[in-house]
Amino acid sequence: MGSARNGHAYSGIPRWLYVPAAVGALFVLLPLAAMLAKVNWAQFIPLVTSAASLDALGLSLRTSAASTALCLVFGVPLAMVLARRPFRGQRLFRAFVLLPLVLPPVVGGIALLYTFGRQGLLGKGLEVAGLQIAFSTTAVVLAQTFVALPFLVVSLEGALRTAGKRYEAVAATLGASPATVLRRVTLPLVLPGLASGAVLSFARSLGEFGATLTFAGSLQGVTRTLPLEIYLQRESDADAAVALSLLLVAVAVAVVGLSYRKQQVSA
Amino acid sequence: MRQAFGKAAALLAAFGLACSLAACGSSGGGATSGSGATEETLTVYAAASLKKTFTGLAKAFERSHPGTKVVLNFAGSSDLATQISQGAPADVFASADTKNMDKLADAGLLDGEPADFATNVLEIAVPPGNPASISAFADLAKPGVKVVVCAPQVPCGAATEKVEKGTGVGLKPVSEESSVTDVLGKVISGEADAGLVYATDVLSAGNKAKGIPFPEAAQAVNTYPIATVGVAKNKELAKAFVELVTGAEGREALADSGFGAP
Repeated sequence: MGSARNGHAYSGIPRWLYVPAAVGALFVLLPLAAMLAKVNWAQFIPLVTSAASLDALGLSLRTSAASTALCLVFGVPLAMVLARRPFRGQRLFRAFVLLPLVLPPVVGGIALLYTFGRQGLLGKGLEVAGLQIAFSTTAVVLAQTFVALPFLVVSLEGALRTAGKRYEAVAATLGASPATVLRRVTLPLVLPGLASGAVLSFARSLGEFGATLTFAGSLQGVTRTLPLEIYLQRESDADAAVALSLLLVAVAVAVVGLSYRKQQVSA
Repeated sequence: MRQAFGKAAALLAAFGLACSLAACGSSGGGATSGSGATEETLTVYAAASLKKTFTGLAKAFERSHPGTKVVLNFAGSSDLATQISQGAPADVFASADTKNMDKLADAGLLDGEPADFATNVLEIAVPPGNPASISAFADLAKPGVKVVVCAPQVPCGAATEKVEKGTGVGLKPVSEESSVTDVLGKVISGEADAGLVYATDVLSAGNKAKGIPFPEAAQAVNTYPIATVGVAKNKELAKAFVELVTGAEGREALADSGFGAP
């Protein structure tokens, strides 16, 4: 254990490990290949460029970008507090913040419904104020943020703990204010963790289905994101569902792949 | 839990060792296995809207056929039809529409002709108290009324579209859901002022939603067919179950749940 951690070049692993590793990789790749084999290539372009598909793709990208931004705005401070300021009941608090990670999305949708819905805890007041969230694109963004936030918090908190407080403490003794330390020391230090957290949040938002379906509804161009469009097309047009699934996979791979490569370069 | 983990791990291992199509495509027929040697199992695939009725009828069937166990599988008709066409071990299939039954008939997967055993019509469902004061189909098109319907791709949405065309009343729904339960859910939670669902769905919601029947619904009557599946292990048993559903006892149970006669 100790030697493995100290020597970076050491990469020896038991040879038998390759077998389950290959099975694991196959288990993920084979279903994707099976889906690929089902694609009706002659119809692929018309299927993915139909008005409904483009609306769904555009909506998915826009809402995922918006929810990733929300995750950054609220998740970064949350991770800072969790990693740097121990307080009583912190473990319980963290458990609740991370709950959406393990919660079935449909449960998240129900919870959001009773919070922001027309009859909900906050929704009633918002409705009086003229703000209607139900069946709007805002509802989609809220649902995505709810399920994606823990991804950002978890990766950033991990990065913060790994980075440690040494540099921050030094900066502070040299007279830097907490805001300056955050801006000039902490954030640059954890940038890779922050980036991967943001990418994961974006990817999770892109794939969000259950909470959106329960909470936001499904209407072309307004709330019907790509996963919801796939689910609907599956009912009547299997070819369209498969084509759109492939599109979603391609977008997800592009987002995750590109950002990981960028990190590798910067690291 | 442990068992399920073991099963999944074993499956993964099997998957890795011999990844032939046969090994990968083994379907989870866990529900049907494990019955005693003397006990016969009848597997019935039925549309989700038939859950209450068929659960009761299955119990009656088990009473009148001692030693028989009826295993019920409820889901959307198109999902069930897909599963059966991919080799799921169903003995009887009851669909919520003729389209999915025809799909199986065309593929030669049925034993004999399907029989129509029930009908279902659309009804307006509103939350208790009817906040938007809906009393007729035309009211749904009034500005400011939040209406939720099924998407045209699913049977209840196709029926909705038919009624819209027939009446000339164009709806501007705030959401087009992919299942009738999602529509009902949005009405019950009060998110929507009204939704278009089947009469049986309103009845099953009890006092959580109020149903408003409307005469124009007669333009889109949904017919439920039932049939014995070609691969049925015990055709006699399967036929007996179909007879129970289409017979007097079945009709009565169906009427109790709000289904019409075919």
